Amino acid sequence: MPSFDVIVIGGGTNGLAAAHRLQSSGRKVLVLESAAAAGGAALGHEFAPGFRSPGLAHVANQIDNRVMSGMDLARHGLGFVTSSVSSTALSATGDHLVLEGAAGASIKGNLSDADRKNWLALRKQLLSFAEVLAPFKQITAPRIAKGAGNEFGKLAKFGLNLRMLGKADFREFLRMILINVYDVVNDELTDKRLKGLLTFDATLGSWLGPRSPNSLILLLNRLSGEVAGQRATLALPKGGMAAVAEAMVKSAAASGVVVRTGAAVDSLLIEDDKAVGVTLANGEEVRAKLVVSAMNPKTTFLKLIGPRHLDAGFVKCIGDQKSRGAAAKLHLALKAAPDFRGADLKSRLVIAPSDDQVELAYNAVKYGEVPKRPVMEIVIPSAHETGFAPTGQHVLSAVVQFAPHKPKAGPDAARAEMLENTLAMLEEHAPGIRSLITHAELLMPYDIEARYGMVGGNWHHGELSVEQMLFLRPIAGIAQYATPIEGLWLAGAGCHPGGGISGAAGWNAAERILREVRA
Amino acid sequence: MNVMKTTDPRLHYLTPLKQTPFHPRTAAENRLNDWGPWAGYTTALSFGDTAMEHSAIRNTASVYDLCPMVKYRVTGPDAAAYLDRLTVRNASKLSVGGVHYTIWCDDAGKVIDDGTLFRLGPTDYRICCQERHLPWLLDSAIGYEVAIVEETEDVAALSLQGPCTYSVLKAAGFDVADLKPFRMRTFPFDGGEVMISRTGFTGDLGYELWTTPAHAIALWDHLFAAGAPWGIRPIGTHALDIARIEAGFIITNLDFIPVDQAVREDRARSPFELGLEWMVDFDKGHFTGRRALLKEKVNKSSKWALVGLDIDGNVSVEGSIIYQNGKTEVGTVTAACWSPSAKRNIALAQVRRPYHESGNLFVEVYALRELQYAKLMLPARVCERPFFAPPRRRTTPPAPF
Repeated sequence: MPSFDVIVIGGGTNGLAAAHRLQSSGRKVLVLESAAAAGGAALGHEFAPGFRSPGLAHVANQIDNRVMSGMDLARHGLGFVTSSVSSTALSATGDHLVLEGAAGASIKGNLSDADRKNWLALRKQLLSFAEVLAPFKQITAPRIAKGAGNEFGKLAKFGLNLRMLGKADFREFLRMILINVYDVVNDELTDKRLKGLLTFDATLGSWLGPRSPNSLILLLNRLSGEVAGQRATLALPKGGMAAVAEAMVKSAAASGVVVRTGAAVDSLLIEDDKAVGVTLANGEEVRAKLVVSAMNPKTTFLKLIGPRHLDAGFVKCIGDQKSRGAAAKLHLALKAAPDFRGADLKSRLVIAPSDDQVELAYNAVKYGEVPKRPVMEIVIPSAHETGFAPTGQHVLSAVVQFAPHKPKAGPDAARAEMLENTLAMLEEHAPGIRSLITHAELLMPYDIEARYGMVGGNWHHGELSVEQMLFLRPIAGIAQYATPIEGLWLAGAGCHPGGGISGAAGWNAAERILREVRA
Repeated sequence: MNVMKTTDPRLHYLTPLKQTPFHPRTAAENRLNDWGPWAGYTTALSFGDTAMEHSAIRNTASVYDLCPMVKYRVTGPDAAAYLDRLTVRNASKLSVGGVHYTIWCDDAGKVIDDGTLFRLGPTDYRICCQERHLPWLLDSAIGYEVAIVEETEDVAALSLQGPCTYSVLKAAGFDVADLKPFRMRTFPFDGGEVMISRTGFTGDLGYELWTTPAHAIALWDHLFAAGAPWGIRPIGTHALDIARIEAGFIITNLDFIPVDQAVREDRARSPFELGLEWMVDFDKGHFTGRRALLKEKVNKSSKWALVGLDIDGNVSVEGSIIYQNGKTEVGTVTAACWSPSAKRNIALAQVRRPYHESGNLFVEVYALRELQYAKLMLPARVCERPFFAPPRRRTTPPAPF
């Protein structure tokens, strides 16, 4: 066994990004992945014979540009079927609204002139705010503490950009930054479909409803994402999100990173209060100078390390970190193309009939219940390229909200009810779709937790909400990737700036390690 | 005292202070009706003559009602490991039947409270302390197989202190001749049990007696009957306070502010800042606050020192400000008295480092003399604690005074 400088636990996008960055700077890196293949939530799987899901995530909206170019993912096989997927706000009467271009630069469909005008103004404003916030994702979160090693140069630039908005927009920024998305869309717009789509996008992957405090910032976070050099766009990688994982694995390997799959880490090896390696589930010890955990923070501290090596207050805080997931993932095998009343199947199809419907769907999960009328975004990868389903047949991939992470009715009953309610919504918008289904798979938040290790089924490995952002992510005191245990670093989505198929958290962590730890 | 007898919990406000199981006896003895609140109980501050009560601690036998002291029971297979992680000392090494003085800190290594830890069995401990900590104790239990129960109301305890206490116990039928300091033993009593530990808060020969409330009055009466030939007498908190200052012992919320209660950020104190670093066991494995304390030790970043002071004259200096060279403010006296035992004017004080080693300290006192204050700047010297430490406190078997 060759010796390594760094062990990265978890071969998801963040783990691979961190590993590559560290290896490229001259350290020998070993990635330990418990699954049969690295890639984490980007990996697809065959959910029915001949039918492949595009991954837990199914649209790319924020692949970090440093990861994209630093890992040279294009050279390692990552291409895009399209980098400007439109979004269709589906109507049950066929009166769809289609948003095209980045963040809906133009809208096709019946929309009043006033809404059209107001949307363009609102869009411009939201994008300008997102532009200001975007650089924050690529730095270590600043801390309000002496000697925190804040990146003051970058922070000063952020402050300058904020002032460059001008007096009126700066005031608007301060007014809106912590507001809820429901109020914003109702201040500016009247069209239910458009308001439904925007409030759906803002709350996607969160445990917030449109009217929950601070929900707008999640929409800004989404809009500040970038793929293939384009801000606020949606892209489909060739071969699904799995292609992102595959390209990252290839790139990491090419740089010299060793990726061991099927290597589940049981615990962290701690000697003299320092992390010196890991013990695998099979009892094997692997040692290195540094250990970087790209796993969930709760899992890292409470399972791999355990309370006995940690302070009591810290254990309480990490246990209390909120990590509720409310997104379910639906995969349908269809024997023919569905008809969403004429909607373009290459578009991202969103069933969110109104802002109130999104809020009502959220209400249920607050009480551990399944919503009667869930809302969802649908991607049909087989409409774009072959390889997902047998010829002439299709795969429908949908993120369905909101699904309870701890249902009162119990996991199996809740899953069955969620599937039924979801299929009823689909049938309403695509009459006859139920008769096309040959296989259905619904992953509830607890199924996602079991399969991907996301505590509570939360995509971000800890809710992304204002009180868990920046210097409070994952919890106060460990927001800069370093941990209380010398030699152990965090690099997962539980850290700033959160999850999504991005790699930003992993890259940031590697940059921080390179700055703080001598090779 | 008019006590409302009611079972309606809504009427709790009618009796804001509880009475201890010994109240029928302490109330009868309290000639000046001198009471004060302690942890939700009404307790005697003196029984009429503090000087005589202190004299009983140092010359005969004294009895102090300990019931209000907060008590937690920690049981379960992980009890020792849990206490090793909670406190700064090695609780695993404490043998069954043993007691040790200990403290526990928060993550930042600031002291939450001090107390005594009794090992009643291999997986059974009792913590006795000044303040209430159930939330912290429960938070600390995450990941440990332990049960933590507050048992303050389930235990009735008396502190029997003074050179004649061994003789009193012998006369009472409790043979503690070979009981060493910080050890305990259980005896049958009154159809129940009494546990006797050789512990106390006076720095003198003494014992603490632990039973259940049902046997409290019988225990009191038994002790006073047996101790009459030695002049046994009940004492209040004032007398005990003089004795504990002589012994150099600190009290939470008097000599330091517990970090979980401190409103001002700079009031929190580490073990190094309270003269308690001797008990911090860095080699036993991880405990809460260890990393912060190790950093403080390595960086020598402690800001305060808790010291004993010997002051000129005989004017007691409680609450005074301490100056260096008579002009630079460097600290505060937290407890002080004229010591009848040491015949010295003594104090405990928090002094900002490095002034605890600088010398040339003065204590500013405003002495009230017939309605007029005399401002005094009394020279003070940092000195060793305890101020009074008679060898009899450790002699085993104790001498039969």
